[in-house]
Amino acid sequence: MLFGFPLLSLIIWLPIFFGLAVLATGGDRNAQAARLIAISGSVLGFLVAIPLYLQFDPSASTMQFAEKHVWVERFNIFYHLGVDGISMPLILLNCFTTPLVVMAGWEVIRERVSQYMGAFLIMSGIVNGVFASLDAILFYAFWEASLIPMFLIIGIWGGPNRVYAAIKFFLYTLLGSLLMLVAFIYLYYVSDGSFSILDFHKLPLPIEPQILIFIAFLLAFAVKVPMWPVHTWLPDAHVEAPTGGSVVLAAILLKMGGYGFLRFSLPIVPDASQQLAGLMIVLSLIAVVYIGLVAIMQADMKKLIAYSSVAHMGFVTLGFFLFNAYGIEGAMVQMISHGFISGAMFLCVGVLYDRLHSRQIADYGGVVNSMPVFAAFFMLFAMANAGLPGTSGFVGEFMVIMGAVKVNFWYAFFAATTLIFGAVYTLWMYKRVIFGAVASPAVEGLQDISKREFAVLAILALAVLWMGVYPFPITEVMHATVDELLAHVANSKL
Amino acid sequence: MNFLPPDFAPAYSEIFLLVMVCVVMLANLVAGEKRRYVAYGLAQIALVGCAVLTFTSISSEPSYTFSGMFVDDVMADILKLMVYATVAAVLIYSRAYISTRDMYTGEFFSLVLFATLGMMVMISASHFLTLYLGLELLSLSLYAMVALRRDLVTATEAAMKFFVLGALASGFLLYGMSMVYGATGSLHVASVTEAIQAGTSNHEVLVVGLVFIVAGISFKLSAAPFHMWAPDVYQGAPTAVTLFIGSAPKLAAFGFVMRLLVEGMGEMVADWQGMLVILAVMSMAVGNIAAIAQSNIKRMLAYSTISHMGFVLLGFISADTNGYSSALFYVIAYVLMTLGTFAVIMMLSREGFEAENIDDFKGLNKRNSWYAFITLLLMLSMAGIPPMIGFYAKLSVLQAVLNAGYIWLAVVAVLLSVIGAFYYLRIVKLMYFDEPVSNEPIVPYGDVKLLFSINGLAIIVLGIFPQVLMGLSLYAIQNSM
Repeated sequence: MLFGFPLLSLIIWLPIFFGLAVLATGGDRNAQAARLIAISGSVLGFLVAIPLYLQFDPSASTMQFAEKHVWVERFNIFYHLGVDGISMPLILLNCFTTPLVVMAGWEVIRERVSQYMGAFLIMSGIVNGVFASLDAILFYAFWEASLIPMFLIIGIWGGPNRVYAAIKFFLYTLLGSLLMLVAFIYLYYVSDGSFSILDFHKLPLPIEPQILIFIAFLLAFAVKVPMWPVHTWLPDAHVEAPTGGSVVLAAILLKMGGYGFLRFSLPIVPDASQQLAGLMIVLSLIAVVYIGLVAIMQADMKKLIAYSSVAHMGFVTLGFFLFNAYGIEGAMVQMISHGFISGAMFLCVGVLYDRLHSRQIADYGGVVNSMPVFAAFFMLFAMANAGLPGTSGFVGEFMVIMGAVKVNFWYAFFAATTLIFGAVYTLWMYKRVIFGAVASPAVEGLQDISKREFAVLAILALAVLWMGVYPFPITEVMHATVDELLAHVANSKL
Repeated sequence: MNFLPPDFAPAYSEIFLLVMVCVVMLANLVAGEKRRYVAYGLAQIALVGCAVLTFTSISSEPSYTFSGMFVDDVMADILKLMVYATVAAVLIYSRAYISTRDMYTGEFFSLVLFATLGMMVMISASHFLTLYLGLELLSLSLYAMVALRRDLVTATEAAMKFFVLGALASGFLLYGMSMVYGATGSLHVASVTEAIQAGTSNHEVLVVGLVFIVAGISFKLSAAPFHMWAPDVYQGAPTAVTLFIGSAPKLAAFGFVMRLLVEGMGEMVADWQGMLVILAVMSMAVGNIAAIAQSNIKRMLAYSTISHMGFVLLGFISADTNGYSSALFYVIAYVLMTLGTFAVIMMLSREGFEAENIDDFKGLNKRNSWYAFITLLLMLSMAGIPPMIGFYAKLSVLQAVLNAGYIWLAVVAVLLSVIGAFYYLRIVKLMYFDEPVSNEPIVPYGDVKLLFSINGLAIIVLGIFPQVLMGLSLYAIQNSM
C-alpha cells in the first residue's frame, strides 16, 4: 500500500491516468503543457514503482503485493494482481524506460505532441498490467490493449513505410494471441471454470492437450519475442517507428514474449515444454547464428539493431529451455540488460537521425570529429551490445552459455558464436559511422548532444555499467522464484 | 355464445404504439411542411411511452394472451426495451441526415414505428403465424423505407432487390412452417414442442420443414449463403435507413430465432446444430474475406454484419442457456457498435455529399480528434480487441463454442477474425495515418454529439465492466426457458 492505494494498481493506473490527462490537453498549442504533464507522470510512475523493489521479499517464491477482486462474475474472472521475482524486475524496467522515452521525444516530436506522449504513458500502464496480471483474461486484455498505442505510434509518427509496418505488427501479434485466447478458454473448462493463472499452474493435463496448448502459447509468444522464423515484422516495425517507439518496442514489448514463456508455457505445460525443448533450442540457435549473420549485412542502422535484438532474444529463449538455474536466470538478466542496451542503441541512432534524417550507415563516417561526447556514449553501448565483460550485455550471455554447457557442449558452442558475430556487426557499424574520413559537409557540421540527450544517455550508461559490474541486486530477487519454477517444471503433470 | 374479450394487458405496449403511429400520421398532416419536428417529437414520445409500459409489465412469470398466440416474458421485455432504445438512437442520429435529403416527413417516422411494432410482435410471438405476421410487418416497412427516396436510382434498385429476395425468403419460411404444421398438427410453439417430444410426428417431414425455416431465418439474419441482398441494400439505401436495417431488426431476429428454433423446435437440436455450424462458418468466411475488397464503407459494413451474424449463430450452436445468452450479448454489443459506426458516416456526410467511400475517413484525427478517437474505439471493438465490448462478446461466444466441444470451430472463428481485423484497422489507418482530403468542419447537432460520445464511451466502459450486460442477457434467457 502506498498512500492508501494498493501498490500494483497504482503502478498500472497512475500512468494511464496521466496519459489521459496528457491527451486532454488537446492540440499542439498546449504542447508544452502536454510535455510537462507527461514527464511528471512518467517520473511519478517510476517513483511509485521503487517501493516494489524495496518492500519485495526475495526469499519468498509466492506472489507478493497481491490484490484480488471479482471482475466478471459470470466467467469467474478476477482483477487479480501480484508479482514474483520474474515479473517485478520487468515492471521496474518498464517504469524506468518510460521517462527516458518521454525525454527523448521532448523536442523532436512537434506534431500532435499530446497524442504521442499520451500513447506512451498509457502503454506504460498497460504493460505494467501485463506483467502484474494473475488472471488469464486480465492478462489477455492488457496484452492486446498494448497493441493499440504501439500501432498508432508507428503509424502516425513513423517513417515512409509506416502504414505497412504498423498493420504487419498488429496482425502478426493478433494472430498469435487469439490462439492463446482459445487455449485459455480450453484451460478454463478443464480447470472447472477458473481463469486464474495460478490454478492453471496446478492443473494436471494429458500430453496431447499439453502439446496443443504449448503450440498456441508458442505462436503468441514467439511472435512477440520474436523468434526465428516469425521475426520478420520486427525489422519493419523498428525501421518505421519513431525513436521512442523503437526504444519501447525493443526494451519492453519484446520482453512480454519472454515473460509469457516463463509465466505460461513452462509452468502450465511442463511436459510439452520438456518434450519440445529441442525444437525451441534449435530455433533459438538459428536466431542467434543466422540472424547474427543477417545483421552484419544491414545497411540501415536501425535494421541492424533490430536484427541484433532478434539474435539477443534468441539467447533468452535458449536460456528458458535449458531447464537449469543458470539458463533461466541468465535469460532474465539478458532480458533486463537488453532492455537497457537496445534502448540506448536506438536512442543513439535517434540522435543521429534527428540531425541528418538518415539511418543509412553509408551517409555517415567520421562523426567522432564533430560529436566526440556522443561517440563515447555510442562506444560504450556498442561494446555492451557486443557483450563486453564489465557491461550488462556480458552477464546474461555468459550465464546462458554456462547453462548451455551443462546441457550440451554444442549448444554452448553455437551460442558462443554470438560473441564473435555480435562484435562484428556492432563494431563494424560503429567503425563506419563514427570513425574514418568525414563523409559529408553535413556530418562535419553536426552538433554534439544536448544536455537533455546527455542526461538520457548517461542514465542508461550508468545502468549498463552497474548491471555489468554488480548484477547481484537483480539476480537476488529472482533466485527463489526461479528455483520454485524449476522444481515445478521438473514435476510431470501427466 | 359468450364472447370473452382477450386479456389485452400483455400487449399494452403494442396497442399503444399502434395508436401512436396513427397519431403521428394525423399530426403530421395537420402540422404541415414547416413543422416536421412534431412527427419526430411524437415518435420519440411513443417510444418512451412504450418503454414505460413494457418496463412496468416485467414479471418473472410469462403471461399469454390471444389464445396463447402472444406471450409477454422477461426475454421479450428486455429485447423490446433494447429495441426502443435502439430506434430512439437511430432517430436522433438520422434527424440531420434526413432533413437535408427530403426524407424528413411523417412517412419516415410512421414507417419506423410500424417496423418497430413488427419487431415487437416478432419478439412476443408464441405462435408461428404471429411470428410471420410480425416479420412481414417489419419487412414491408423496411422495403418502403429503402425506396423512400424514389427519385434515387440506387435506392429504388436496392428496394427492388430487397423486396424480391425478401418475399422469396418469406415464402421459404411459410413453406417450412406448413411442413411443420403437417407433421405436428399445430403451429403453437408449445404444442409443436410437445408433438415433437411425443415422437408421433414424421421426422423426415419435420426436417424438411426445418431446412426451409433455417433458410428463411438465415436470410433475415443475412447469414451466408443467404446474404446476397445485404451488401446491395446497405449500399443503396439512404444511410439513415441502412442504420435502421442494420441495428434494431437484429435484436428482433435474435428473438425470432429463439422462438422458432429454440422454443419451437428445441427438440430437434441435433438436426439444426449442424446446419448452424455450416452457416456460421460460411458467414464468417464470406463476410470477413469479402469485406477486405470493399471501397464503399456501407458495403464493407454489410459484409462485416454478415460475419458478426456468423458469430451470433455460433452462440446458438452450444444449445444451452450459456450459449443463448452469449448470442444475445453479442447481438447487443453488435447493435451498439453499428449505431456508432453509421452515426459517423452520417456525421461525415452533409448536404449534397454522401460519405460513402472509405477514403472519406481520411485524416479524421486532424479534423476532429474526439470523433476519430470514438471511431477508433468502435473499430477496435468490431475487431474484438480488449478492453472494448466487442472482445467480451467474442469471448463469451467462443467459450460457449468450446464448452460444446467444437475446438476446431473456435480456432476457425479466431483465424477468420484476424482477417476481419485487417479491414477495421484500415479505417483506423485512414483516420490516423493519412492526410484529410476535405477540411469541411464536422458540425453535428448537439444531441447527436452527446449521444455519439455516450455511445462511444459505452463501448469501452461496458467493455471494462462487461458484467452488467452479460448479467442482463443471462437473466433474460434464464427467465424464459
